[in-house]
Amino acid sequence: MRRPRRVKPLATIISAGLSKFGRREGVYARELFAEAALEAFHRVEKLDPGKDIKAAFIGQMSEAYEHQAHDAPIAASWAGLLPAPATRIENACASSGSALRCGIMAIKSGLYDIVLVGGVEKMTNQPTPEVTGILATASDYPFEQWNGMTFPGLFALMATVHMHDYGTTEEQMAAVAVKNHKNGALNPKAHMQKEVSLDEVMKSRMVAWPLKLYDCSLITDGASCLILTSPKLAKKLSDNYVHIIGSGQSQDTFCLHERDSLTTINAAKQAAQEAYKMADVKAKDIDVAEVHDCFTIAEIIACEDLGFCRPGQGGKFVESGASNIGGAIPINTSGGLKSKGHPVGATGTAQVHELFLQLTGQADRRQVADAEIALAHNLGGSGATGVVHILRGA
Amino acid sequence: MSELPPPTIEEFYRQCADRKLMAVRCVRCKHIMVPPRAICPKCRSSRVEWVQLGTQGKLVTYTIVHVSPPQFKHMTPYAVGIVEMEEGVKLPSIIRTSRLESLKIGMELEVDFSPKSQETSWPHWPRYFFKETE
Repeated sequence: MRRPRRVKPLATIISAGLSKFGRREGVYARELFAEAALEAFHRVEKLDPGKDIKAAFIGQMSEAYEHQAHDAPIAASWAGLLPAPATRIENACASSGSALRCGIMAIKSGLYDIVLVGGVEKMTNQPTPEVTGILATASDYPFEQWNGMTFPGLFALMATVHMHDYGTTEEQMAAVAVKNHKNGALNPKAHMQKEVSLDEVMKSRMVAWPLKLYDCSLITDGASCLILTSPKLAKKLSDNYVHIIGSGQSQDTFCLHERDSLTTINAAKQAAQEAYKMADVKAKDIDVAEVHDCFTIAEIIACEDLGFCRPGQGGKFVESGASNIGGAIPINTSGGLKSKGHPVGATGTAQVHELFLQLTGQADRRQVADAEIALAHNLGGSGATGVVHILRGA
Repeated sequence: MSELPPPTIEEFYRQCADRKLMAVRCVRCKHIMVPPRAICPKCRSSRVEWVQLGTQGKLVTYTIVHVSPPQFKHMTPYAVGIVEMEEGVKLPSIIRTSRLESLKIGMELEVDFSPKSQETSWPHWPRYFFKETE
């Protein structure tokens, strides 16, 4: 078997923190962020966060949930990081995936030696129809929103073609939900720690045909963060660290109808190719992955775009059990957006938080044996943004 | 059109008020696009021209929306899809049909427009939509 060449890391993650995900009543975004930051600070005793963290990049999708923009200095203040520069990064559901890239660039350039990246979203203040409306702002207003498209609707348009062209079934999509809920039931931080049966998914109410309620990710409050440094400094600060060896981001047309293919997310595919090349690894080298299952069809397409299976085979891939914990490539061991929850701005770095646990052997009942190389796949909107990171255990 | 209006979204919807479905075509590489814009995304040329589209299209994909934003509540459940016009350009659209179960990829559709309203500017444009060919 080909052993991947050990490329020089771009940056190194020395800690990760995650707030409890769920319906967090009576808590503000900034307080959730501090909760995630505290967990990250506690993992590295040698770090003096207020003094050592030189900058922060914080993903947040919308100011509409809490009527609060300019959230980066607030989050930084609540995490005790003032006066370090803090900047909000917004790329819809890929906000903190993109924030992570900013942190990598800051470390790699040598501008800062230690930075914090993360994300937060407090969504449940608003009733569900309002949340649907706020999420829809990440799709095109004049052509998509104006013509009655919703987010589940946009992914349903992809699902319809996937079913038509490849024979993908509603049961195969439901299998994604069943798997991810099974994993989420093992994650004490997950929003819905509850298994669901295929029958429950299939019988759940229709949201946008063929997508049903249990095909959709959750409206969740939550925050996540990572502390990045150089590989050299990481050794001095911690015994538990994970190297970032590949980072890719790409964009595609904002409107879905302008894309050549509706059965692939080209931005993610391009981002993956960039990250694989940088890391000098191939799809078969990946031991564990977190992919952006905002809707079940999105995980099916992700498995194809990332090269875990052939185009069109994503439905059969999940059905075969290959992506279960214990399978060939366990996917969404955290429970994914589907069961862990999807506080949109927090999702990108929350995915990497799970992979940090996996690669440092701290994933408890979800632990993938001997995981060495991991991949995170984060989408923005209907796939106008794709962000992929590849990590290597130390 | 002797004086060509600028390739803007506002102009696209102004033409809908006159029951015309328009697209913008790159003069250099002939790429045809909706939404209209000043720079061709394929060849980067800034020489683009308006073209009027025909009335016929084919359904490329569709969904039936059951959970909708407040402004579409009154018509829920409703169908939306992507329609490919004879000229090759695609558009997102509401698909009006009394038989949601009869929708099929590849079916023939024709464009229609909502009755002329006073408003033609953001955020309340006139609407185009597609319906089954009569």
